[in-house]
Amino acid sequence: MATQHSRSAARMMMAPAVVLLLGWMLVPLIMTLFFSFKKYLPLRGDTLGGGLEWVGFQNYVRFFSSSSFWPSVQTTLIIVGSVLIITVLLGTLLALLLDQPMWGQGVVRILVIAPFFVMPTVSALVWKNMFMDPVNGILAHLWKFFDAVPIQWLSHESLPSIIMIVSWQWLPFATLILLTAVQSLDSEQLEASEMDGAPKLKRFWHIVLPHLSRAITIVILIQTIFLLSIFAEIFVTTGGAFGTKTLTYLIFQRVLDSQNVGLGSAGGVYAIILANIVAIFLMRIVGKNLDT
Amino acid sequence: MGRIVLDQVSKSFGKTEVIPPLDLTIEDGEFTVFVGPSGCGKSTLLRLIAGLEDVSGGKVSIDGKEMTEVPPAKRGLSMVFQSYALYPHMSVRKNIAFPLRMAKMDKAEIKKRVEDAATVLNLTDYLSRRPGQLSGGQRQRVAIGRAIVREPSAFLFDEPLSNLDAALRVGMRLEISEMHKRLATTMIYVTHDQVEAMTMADKIVVLQAGVIEQVGSPLELYRAPRNTFVAGFIGSPKMNLLTGEEAAKHDAHTIGIRPEHITISNESGTWEGVVGVSEHLGSDSFFHVKCDGFEDPLTVRAGGELQLSYGAKVFLTPDTAHLHRFNDQGLRIE
Ligand SMILES: Nc1ncnc2c1ncn2[C@@H]1O[C@H](COP(=O)(O)OP(=O)(O)O)[C@@H](O)[C@H]1O
Ligand SMILES: [Mg+2]
Repeated sequence: MATQHSRSAARMMMAPAVVLLLGWMLVPLIMTLFFSFKKYLPLRGDTLGGGLEWVGFQNYVRFFSSSSFWPSVQTTLIIVGSVLIITVLLGTLLALLLDQPMWGQGVVRILVIAPFFVMPTVSALVWKNMFMDPVNGILAHLWKFFDAVPIQWLSHESLPSIIMIVSWQWLPFATLILLTAVQSLDSEQLEASEMDGAPKLKRFWHIVLPHLSRAITIVILIQTIFLLSIFAEIFVTTGGAFGTKTLTYLIFQRVLDSQNVGLGSAGGVYAIILANIVAIFLMRIVGKNLDT
Repeated sequence: MGRIVLDQVSKSFGKTEVIPPLDLTIEDGEFTVFVGPSGCGKSTLLRLIAGLEDVSGGKVSIDGKEMTEVPPAKRGLSMVFQSYALYPHMSVRKNIAFPLRMAKMDKAEIKKRVEDAATVLNLTDYLSRRPGQLSGGQRQRVAIGRAIVREPSAFLFDEPLSNLDAALRVGMRLEISEMHKRLATTMIYVTHDQVEAMTMADKIVVLQAGVIEQVGSPLELYRAPRNTFVAGFIGSPKMNLLTGEEAAKHDAHTIGIRPEHITISNESGTWEGVVGVSEHLGSDSFFHVKCDGFEDPLTVRAGGELQLSYGAKVFLTPDTAHLHRFNDQGLRIE
């Protein structure tokens, strides 16, 4: 894309997509902002057509001062952080293992990737009913086998349970990205470091890990985007009870349970702010890995 | 010190035998070149010596100590890879220091050695750069720097110059030769380029399909190739190999005559032929002459002044003192 001509041609070609994407983003964003300053309770007879009452920052103050607000932010951050740590660590380990030549490699790789294709709702239900059920779940049977009292996973260990379910879903993604990165490492570099006297662990630390840094960054950034908005996993398991109410879930409750669109919209704006704070921190910490 | 002895060393990948059992001794301080066509097992042989591949049979010993089962790091060898294998996320300084850091040498000594190596290799101004910001020749130097700081008992080079352009290659060839003279350390150098082999080696090992065809000094190989493969491989342009009637006249199955051992004339000579393509290098000219009764055209060297047009009729006279004779197995007849 060197010449003036090809640049303007490129702009023309991209314009429809840019306009469409911008519209897709701007319309909901503006509507959310609009509702967040209004009193909008559909069940009390408020309608768009009838005109909505302007309430200033009242919704924001109410959402912020609700006793659920800070715990929900905390829960969100705990889930996102834990899932990131678990998936990156286990993903790296799995990627290294899957890179080893072994019997049945193709099948094993497909099995490892499989969880990613299961819908969140389905996988959460499978975990809830088949693994974590305190009476019939596999984990309960396992505990009983060792003469232990089965854990009431979703009520007593609710947050770790959710983290486990979500990690299980996202581990394949991390593994897949990291595996391709591991495979792209020049084997001569490893051999050179071997000749230079670096034992296995040091080779991993000095050669493999720096090579993976960019892939790890990508995994972290992409996963964060999706993890900030997990919903189905909480909806079908704890329903937001037992301290598993994330910011997304809180907004959902305000809009649908309490039928307060204005309040929910204000929560939505907080969610946008939280996502941006997280993004800024992440870019500060890992963003430099993306520079060449 | 760095005397390397291979005793009946062989290597198979699965069922395919890449290197049948072979014996080879590389003397301390010697510059040995493994040369052969691509895929003949040169790299594999080098990697067996380095310990990067396990031998399928036989023994490798270095300075009298058996090293067959010893891991690469403990063999006291340094290797320069074809791709250079520099660590892309480390600066030049860290790259060169890496083997010393792994050996837990103290900081001051590392700094001194790295800076000495950088001075010798003209890298002082680039120490804080990453490999990605260097030219091909500079990367090559960094790879060599990383190899010399450890003061190994022998250096292994796997086609180190094949990624460089022609001019740079000639320069680096000289630098490596000079480094060998200065350090007087054993070097094993792998190449498919017979010019590199001829110009750098104390001892050339010619390989074909994993088999050692001949071992000797460059001039021994040039003067007395043991078989037709070596005859055709060593020397540039290639030796002319003739079979049939002409060979029978000399009681041989095949005779060989180098382009520089044929004189060309307009008036008279042993063979009569027609000039085909001419290649003028300035100092020399090479003519491809199609002679009656020979299948392939002969390559002939002449002085740079001689001009012959395409299709001109010429006479060729071989210098019989430099005629090589081979039997029907392709082996040299003395
Ligand atoms: N890891 C390997 N697995 C199977 N075959 C190999 C392997 N490495 C090399 N070979 C085979 O061994 C032969 C010699 O290879 P190599 O030593 O790399 O040749 P060269 O360096 O002389 O070009 C080739 O035919 C190659 O296909
Ligand atoms: Mg090779």
